[in-house]
Amino acid sequence: MKAIVTVLGKDRKGIIAEVCLLLASYDNNILDISQTVMQDFFTMTMLVDTSDCTVSFDELSCSLNKKGEAMGLNIRIQREDLFSAMHRI
Amino acid sequence: MLNHSDIISTIEMIDRQHLDVRTITMGINLLDCAGENIDKVADKIYDKICKKAQNLVKTGQDIETEFGIPIVNKRISVTPISLVGAVCDADRFVPLAVALDKAADACGVNFIGGFSALVHGGLTISDCKLISSIPEALAATNLVCSSVNVGSTRSGIDMDAVKMMGEVIKKTADLSDMGCAKLVVFANAVEDNPFMAGAFHGVGQHESQINVGVSGPGVVYSAIKNHPELPFDELAETIKKTAFKITRVGQMVAMEAAKRLDMPLGIVDLSLAPTPAKGDSVARILEAMGLETCGTHGTTAALAILNDAVKKGGSFASSHVGGLSGAFIPVSEDEGMIAAANKGTLTLDKLEAMTCVCSVGLDMIAVPDDTPASTISAIIADEAAIGMINNKTTAVRIIPAKNAKCGDMIDFGGLLGTAPVMPVHKESSEVFINRGGRIPAPIHSLKN
Repeated sequence: MKAIVTVLGKDRKGIIAEVCLLLASYDNNILDISQTVMQDFFTMTMLVDTSDCTVSFDELSCSLNKKGEAMGLNIRIQREDLFSAMHRI
Repeated sequence: MLNHSDIISTIEMIDRQHLDVRTITMGINLLDCAGENIDKVADKIYDKICKKAQNLVKTGQDIETEFGIPIVNKRISVTPISLVGAVCDADRFVPLAVALDKAADACGVNFIGGFSALVHGGLTISDCKLISSIPEALAATNLVCSSVNVGSTRSGIDMDAVKMMGEVIKKTADLSDMGCAKLVVFANAVEDNPFMAGAFHGVGQHESQINVGVSGPGVVYSAIKNHPELPFDELAETIKKTAFKITRVGQMVAMEAAKRLDMPLGIVDLSLAPTPAKGDSVARILEAMGLETCGTHGTTAALAILNDAVKKGGSFASSHVGGLSGAFIPVSEDEGMIAAANKGTLTLDKLEAMTCVCSVGLDMIAVPDDTPASTISAIIADEAAIGMINNKTTAVRIIPAKNAKCGDMIDFGGLLGTAPVMPVHKESSEVFINRGGRIPAPIHSLKN
């Protein structure tokens, strides 16, 4: 299953590294990354293949949320279908 | 990969603009629960609902987690109980309402709709039993919603039923504080409506099915709020595009829920349903179009543009559009409507005019305690006439507020919101309502 990870919040060092480490630790494959920084506001979107993920989607989602809280960022994962439905015909 | 800014715009819609799926409603046929002994019928109703809907809430929550889109309500609609209870050896159907309530509670849903009767062409014995049971049924239950269809374009309006409903609403208000918020009187009611309080599972539907109601006034508001310069055709185009995106989410959730619950997808209802939260208001959309306050001159035109554009955008996004599909204008459930009514700009008469061009009708309106039953019946008759003549669904959900006078605020709590008590005309409609009989169905040609 493909999912989108979004990271929003104040820019700091090591955001991408920490999120990638967490995803890799559960055997997820990152397919694409896009990021922007406007003034100090950081936004990143990642396309992730969760087919081999070693934990449930719910657990992965909770881990990312907790990581976000610890880093002072908003991190979430959602199935890619939501965005495809809205933005592609 | 998807466009980065598209992804971020979706996140903003969810986080800041209240984008959600308002309800997943499971429709369940209860005709096979019919029988003579009312207690046995009640048991069958409870068992069937619990069996069919046991995974509804969990499935909704799973979809919320995986897609990251809030699904605010999980609900059940059932076959109109006047049909299910028709052969029961009882004078009143309150035990069947209690069975619905217990089943809804056991399944963990927010509401269950279908304590209903369809009397647009006339009243059966069973319809009379159901209607006379409504006040007690709504007082004895927490989650049961009731509706009565008193008119249709093809049948006319049953004015005996209209008279009865004025009295039933008064009695319901006497017996419980919240009862009238769960009671709707319709003309041209639809069989697949997922929204409460008017949802029921029509006899023309599947054994069980999934209906979904989308939402998103906040998203539409955000799309147009900073564009006072747009001419109307471009304004309508912006609303259409936004409604398309909102409805695609509803369609996706509906398909996913139907697949996981192993039942057919019924319909997606395109209605823009507001909430009392700031930034989730239909009234504020109308104001963003350039009106100082909702209810002023131009409001009906603005609502007509909104409603039509929502339908056009939404119908392209969904494979099965149904239900009510338009813009709701429930006063207590819409922060902007509440403000406009408090200011005195939005009146009952203007709301009635607005219901000519939007989905449903006079919704969640509090009126003074001393409003006569005949006046409430006359309000119902006016709305039903608009529905009948214009071939559209109209409804009245009106709450005589206990010990309250005009201007007092009534708090219903949660999504039902807060309503200011609105004045009604003092002049009597009693002689008109006492005539009884049926208003004939209108002619279908010579339209003007």
